[in-house]
Formats: sequence, C-alpha cells, structure tokens
Amino acid sequence: MLTQRFSRRLTDGLIYTLLIAISAFMLLPFIWMVSTSLKPPDEIFAIPPIIISPNSSLNAYVYLQEQYNIIGIVKNTFVIAFSATILRLFFCALGGYGFAKFKFPGQGALFAFLLGTMVIPGAVTLVPVYIIMRDLKWIDTFWPLIIPGAANAFGIFFMRQYIMSVSSELIDAARIDGAGEFTIFLRIIVPIIAPGLTSLGLIFFMASWNDFIGPLIYLKSPEHFTLPLIIRSLIGPVGRTVYDVQMAASVLSLIPLLTIFLIFQRRIVEGITAGAIKG
Amino acid sequence: MAETSVMKRPNLSMVAKLRKKWIEIYKARWPYLFISPFYILFLIFGVYPILFSLYLSFTEWKGLGPIKFVGWKNFELLLKDKLFWHSMENGMILFFMYVPIMTFLALVLAVILNSKRVRGFRFFRTLLFIPYIMNIVAAGFTFRLLLNQKYGLVNALLEIFNIPPVPWLESVWGGRVSLCLLVIWAWLGYNMVLMLAGLQTIPGELTEAALIDGASPTQAFFYVTIPLMRPVILFSVVLSTMGSFNLFSEIYNLTNGGGPVNATITPVIVIFNEAFRDFRLGYASAMSYLYFIILFVLTLLQFRYFGQQVD
Repeated sequence: MLTQRFSRRLTDGLIYTLLIAISAFMLLPFIWMVSTSLKPPDEIFAIPPIIISPNSSLNAYVYLQEQYNIIGIVKNTFVIAFSATILRLFFCALGGYGFAKFKFPGQGALFAFLLGTMVIPGAVTLVPVYIIMRDLKWIDTFWPLIIPGAANAFGIFFMRQYIMSVSSELIDAARIDGAGEFTIFLRIIVPIIAPGLTSLGLIFFMASWNDFIGPLIYLKSPEHFTLPLIIRSLIGPVGRTVYDVQMAASVLSLIPLLTIFLIFQRRIVEGITAGAIKG
Repeated sequence: MAETSVMKRPNLSMVAKLRKKWIEIYKARWPYLFISPFYILFLIFGVYPILFSLYLSFTEWKGLGPIKFVGWKNFELLLKDKLFWHSMENGMILFFMYVPIMTFLALVLAVILNSKRVRGFRFFRTLLFIPYIMNIVAAGFTFRLLLNQKYGLVNALLEIFNIPPVPWLESVWGGRVSLCLLVIWAWLGYNMVLMLAGLQTIPGELTEAALIDGASPTQAFFYVTIPLMRPVILFSVVLSTMGSFNLFSEIYNLTNGGGPVNATITPVIVIFNEAFRDFRLGYASAMSYLYFIILFVLTLLQFRYFGQQVD
C-alpha cells in the first residue's frame, strides 16, 4: 500500500517536472522577446544576462514608428489578412454548401479532385504563379496574397462537413416559400454555420497574418511590407544593434493574434482538429 | 429496312440520354455555380502553372526574352546537382531528428493532459499551444538571439553548470539541432492538440479495463493507446514529413537560408534561390517537379506502411 502510494507520488512528480520543463521551454522565447524589446541596446548582450532592466523604455517602439511607420505596416498586414479571410470564408462556405446539400452529376469525382489538390506542394507552382502575377502587373500589390487562395480546398472540405449536419428541412421549407437559392444560402445557411465560419476564419486570419514567403516574393517597396517581412528586413543604423527593434516588431506582430487566441481558443482548436479527426 | 431501324434505335436512345443528362446538369446549375470558384481559381493558379512549369522544366529561361527549349538537359544536370541532393538528404536528416521526438512527446503530453490527474489542464494546453500563433520570422530571430554563441541566454545558462559555450548556429550539427528546437517549439503544441482530440474519441473504459486487468500505465499506453491512435499519429507524421522537406521560413530566418555550410538547407530553399535569386526559371521548374515526385512517393509509402496497420 505504502509503496503504491509512493510510486504514485513519484509518477506525479515526474509528470509535473516534464510539464514544467516543457512550459519553460515554450515560454522562454516570449519572455526574452519582450525583455529584449524594452532593453537599452547596450544591455542586450550584457553578461550575466539581464531579464528585466531597470532602464527599460519604449525607445525601440518609437524608433520603429519614426523610421519605418510601423502603424502603416500593421495596417497593411491587417488589410491583407482581413480581405483574404472574408473572401475565403465566402467561397468556402458557398462551395461547402454546394457539396453538402445538393446532388449533381460528377459530384463524387469533383470532390475527390478537390481533396487531391491538397497534396500539391506550393513549391511546384511558385515560379509560374510569379510569372502570372508579373503579367497581370500585380507585383508589389496585395492581390497575389489575396486572390489565388480565395477558394481553399481544406476550407471547402471543412465547411462541407459542417453543413452536412444542418437540417435539410429548413432549406426545403424556404424553397417552398419561394426563396431563391442564393437567398437561402445567405439568410438561412450562413447564420446557422456562424460558429464553423468563426473557427475557419480564425485559422485563415492567423495563417495570412503570419505568412512570410508570399510577401517575400511579391512585396517590393517597404511601405507595402507586412509585419513578418519588416522583421526580416530591419537593419539598424551603423554601429547600433538592431535586436531591440526587431524584437519590438515581433512583439507587435504577436499581440493581436495573442488577444484573438485567448478569446477564441476553443474555436481555433476545433478548427484545427476537425480535419484530423473527421478526415 | 430492318437494318436501318436497328441502327436508328440506339441513336435515338443516345440522343434521349444526352438530353436527360443535360436536363440533369441544368437542374444542378446552382450547386455548380456554388462550387465553381474553387475550380476556376485552380484552373488559373493551379492547372495552368503546373503545366507551364512542366514545359519550363525542359527549357532555359531567365523570365524575359525567348524561351529556349533544351530537352532533358535540366534533368541531367539535376541528377549531378550536389546541392539539390544534399538538400534532400538534409530534409531526411531533419525528419529523423525531430519527427520521432516531437510525435512521441506530443502523444505523451496529450495522454498526461487527457488523464484527469493533472491540475491546470487548460493552463498547460494553452501554454503549449501558444507558439503556434507566433510568426516564424519573429520566432527565428528570437531563437537566434537566445542561441548566440557568445552572448546568448542559453549558453549563459549552460555556463552555470560549467558547460562550455555551444556553437549552436556556427556548426553543422549545432545548426541542425537549433533548427529542430525551433520546429519542435513551434509545432509541438499543434501536434499535441491533434493527439488530444484523437484521444477524446477513444472510449476511456478501454484503458481502464486494461489497468484493472493488471496492465501497468506504461503497458496500457503502448498496447492500448498507441494502436488506437494510429490514424491520428499517421496524420501527424505525414504532415511533419511534408513539413520537414518544405521548411522554408524557419531556415530563411534562423540559419540565414541554410547555413552553416548548407547544413540546414532544404529543397524549397534551393528551388527558391534558383528561381528568385539566380533567375534560372527552367532549372528551378525541373527541380520542383523532381522534388514533388519524390515527396509524393514518400507520402504514398508512409500511407502504405501505416495504412496497413490501421486496417
């Protein structure tokens, strides 16, 4: 009895040690990021390292605004992520509805094809899509970051699963009342699937907000940059380390997503796991 | 006469069939309209690029001026391209370095958090998942700072235990380990959440029954939980395989595009450099095709290996 209790204690101890060690590993970069962004430059590489400096200031943030118009950069990032998300949600809900609540010739094959496109890695189309964008004169605009992904295979799959559980009686009743097909979609389906749209929308928004390779290829002039791109391209004045400024921009890129995440955590997790479990 | 009527009948029914088909399609005009955006966009930004890329892989082109057809030359060069094969090898090395550790850790953490023994379940789940929302550029530069050989916090902490400074980003294996740390940091929580969702579909009675029958928790984990979790583990491993070859932003920002001495370069970085730094668009296309085929076969093999065990 005693040994059993002892071994239980021991396992609990081991479990908590593991959890705390991993949590520390997860937290460390965040702490260091915030700490560095507030430090005066000469303390960044101080030995022994300083965690909370008594000389903390928001200088790096002010510098970001003065030199790089960071508010404008945040606005760019938001405009791209927001428009991409809204457009994607619209087309994914529409497509998901088409597959979930209608029967039509070729349905099975079309759906299988849609799922099949998910295995194509982006690297294969990198070059030709760039050529298309160049010929459309879309280089250095936001369009390449919004339009190509506007109807997303995963999103359509996700919405189809979601809409299949909506009762068809509502739709039939509306049809008998003489409602048009598009009105049924907007007035009946969209309100019912709002929670699913939230889950999917949050995932789309985060992916677009954090996208790096797209902006790297398509955005050329600094005033069009997004947050991830500006972090990459920051170089300080001669003779001064740039780390505090880089970390300040990193903190700025994290705060909006962190806020969203803490509010909508459950929805985000639902969206991420739906594909793995149902698929 | 008899012959013509025999000839005519199938014809008529063909026309009728076609007519019926058209009516069916016309009746379904709404769903076709609803699903059409995906197929239209895929035609423009998927099918056309894939075909154009196939054509380009047999040419030499700088992006401007005439496209020069060169036959199989790009592929012949590719077979002898040391950097490309080195990058494929790196993809493999990185895969074996972090995928087993990350998958196992994610599963163990999910099992721990799923058993109601641990207090603060939500707190730990949130904490582990947060790195997923940080953009990888910010994460990459933070890790650079932490792992700096002379001034980084990690080496300063190691010094307390009298461990000499580790050349994290300045040596071949240091660079690879650093990259794995970053990837595990960013994706562990995501994989754990997948596993947690999978665990919640397993009836709790199964593990309990095994424990009552005298199995140790470790035995229950290996003989009950893991077999039942195979589909979710497969999903997570397949995603990570594609992930390890597709690593781009992590490398671009943490090890400055594949350093030190190309120890962390992956195929996507090589393709990106060929295309957007050196403007060898034909060669880059050939490379991306070969890369896609190899990755595709690899994924199929994984499905075969794990898939059989799932059934």
